[in-house]
Amino acid sequence: MLIKQEVSAKEITEAFISRIDEVESHVRAFITITTETALAKAMEVDRRLAAGEGISPLAGIPMGLKDNLCTKGILTTCGSKILENFIPPYDATVVSRLAQRGAVLIGKLNMDEFAMGSSNETSRFFPTRNPWDLNRVPGGSSGGPAAAVAAGEVAFSLGTDTGGSIRQPASFCGIVGMKPTYGLVSRYGAVAYASSLDQIGPMTKNVTDCALVLQEIAGQDPLDSTSVGYMPPNYRKALVNDIKGLRIGIPKEYFVAGLEPGVKKAVEAAIAKLEELGAVCKEVSLPHTEYALAAYYIISPAEASSNLAKFDGVSYGFRNTAASDVMEMYMKTRREGFGPEVKRRIMLGTYALSAGYYDAYYLKALKVRTLVKQDFARAFEHVDVLAAPTAPMVAFKLGERIEDPLAMYLIDTFTIPVNMAGVPGISIPCGLSEGMPVGLQLIGKPFSEALLFRVAYTYEQNTSYHLAKPALEVN
Amino acid sequence: MALAQKDVEGVAFLARLALDEEEIATYTKQLNSILGYMEKINSLDTVGVEPTAHVLPLKNVFRGDVNEPGLSQDEALANAPDQERGQFRVPRII
Repeated sequence: MLIKQEVSAKEITEAFISRIDEVESHVRAFITITTETALAKAMEVDRRLAAGEGISPLAGIPMGLKDNLCTKGILTTCGSKILENFIPPYDATVVSRLAQRGAVLIGKLNMDEFAMGSSNETSRFFPTRNPWDLNRVPGGSSGGPAAAVAAGEVAFSLGTDTGGSIRQPASFCGIVGMKPTYGLVSRYGAVAYASSLDQIGPMTKNVTDCALVLQEIAGQDPLDSTSVGYMPPNYRKALVNDIKGLRIGIPKEYFVAGLEPGVKKAVEAAIAKLEELGAVCKEVSLPHTEYALAAYYIISPAEASSNLAKFDGVSYGFRNTAASDVMEMYMKTRREGFGPEVKRRIMLGTYALSAGYYDAYYLKALKVRTLVKQDFARAFEHVDVLAAPTAPMVAFKLGERIEDPLAMYLIDTFTIPVNMAGVPGISIPCGLSEGMPVGLQLIGKPFSEALLFRVAYTYEQNTSYHLAKPALEVN
Repeated sequence: MALAQKDVEGVAFLARLALDEEEIATYTKQLNSILGYMEKINSLDTVGVEPTAHVLPLKNVFRGDVNEPGLSQDEALANAPDQERGQFRVPRII
């Protein structure tokens, strides 16, 4: 892009590093900043350019990665004490793909511990702050990735989304965040929380960047047996300013009591805008929406209890060394290594899967999942895309919800069903309420990312919310 | 299905998590509150509904049975909290 002689990759990276120096002590988005490696990579890109080599659109572009994505030789903590010293011996597939394209890794970003949280407050290290109001949360669990993009510390980041963890922080921080269809992006190297729900996705300033990043990370990976043999189309071609005649469904269950009036107003205005641009909007129903959250909080902890069983202090990570036998070592290591929210979910999951309770909880939740999936399939028989709020509220103040687990869980009401059904969803900025960003969520059929980009792009080109930047007055 | 403190102790042991008295009491309260909310799915009629464990119809995705390079012993031991002679060392098991 700008690298065509106007400025060098090294200069771009240096500019972002200066920005980080300026604001990071206030935003606290990073766990690890990799200045040396970043500059080395930028200079390598400059060398390739000087040698006349063709480069990808992402070459020389500074990025941040959520700290649950394995980076070879670089600390990867998942926001947890149990991995406070863990240096992966391999790169996640998405990491190596982006490295091959010349993207410059600036650092690893803060997150809720093991991706369990909706505010970035369960990180065992420190909470990240929302660049729009430093007393408020950036959302979670990809709070660091969202804040870093919003604060201009990175050009884009990768987050992960299991129940809304890309879309909700994107909405709270006024940026674009997409959770792709389950199976589109390889999960190899992403530390698993709930394997049937997790997806990696781009978090960017605008829709164009989102499409460019998704292009590089999407596509089957032999190292991830849950990645699908589907050839991603050219997403750039989807960036067309036209939605005339498109049928947009408005799910009535997403506009219930509990939705903040300011959010409702901004989202309704966005829907009116889509109609003005030629789309045909109609009400649809996703009748099992209210059950999706309950089912999710059985399924995801159940899968997590299994996935997190590997953290035992034996071969990597934190170990309690005061134990006299291995059982005591496991119990004390995990006691000290995991934070309260992680322990809560491990216990919930263990209970739901235990003998005598499996049918009543886990199996029942899997049936609810089928019903949720069917709700979406039925809606898509009549409309092309769904439009709804991303979150019921704007970013709340730090400390406001962390003492009440259930209050925290309810934040993900509009994002969870999308993960349960495995369909794609994108959040784009659609205005402010009380000075804080509001996100519009667009949801599509499986593998309809190109259509989601078209709608998001059209909306973006005809509004200017994506250009708004937080004031972030720092000295 | 209310959880008693004894149940929480049992679950914590299954999950290999050591908890103190105060934590057992707190978690019992919190888990009961969360499970109380989950009860609403019991009111749903799911007779005849197949469970969905996984959204994709993928099954048995294998690669050919061919040796491929893995981690070297040094790489595998690099993060070990305690190692001896190329092995992970742990406290007494039996």
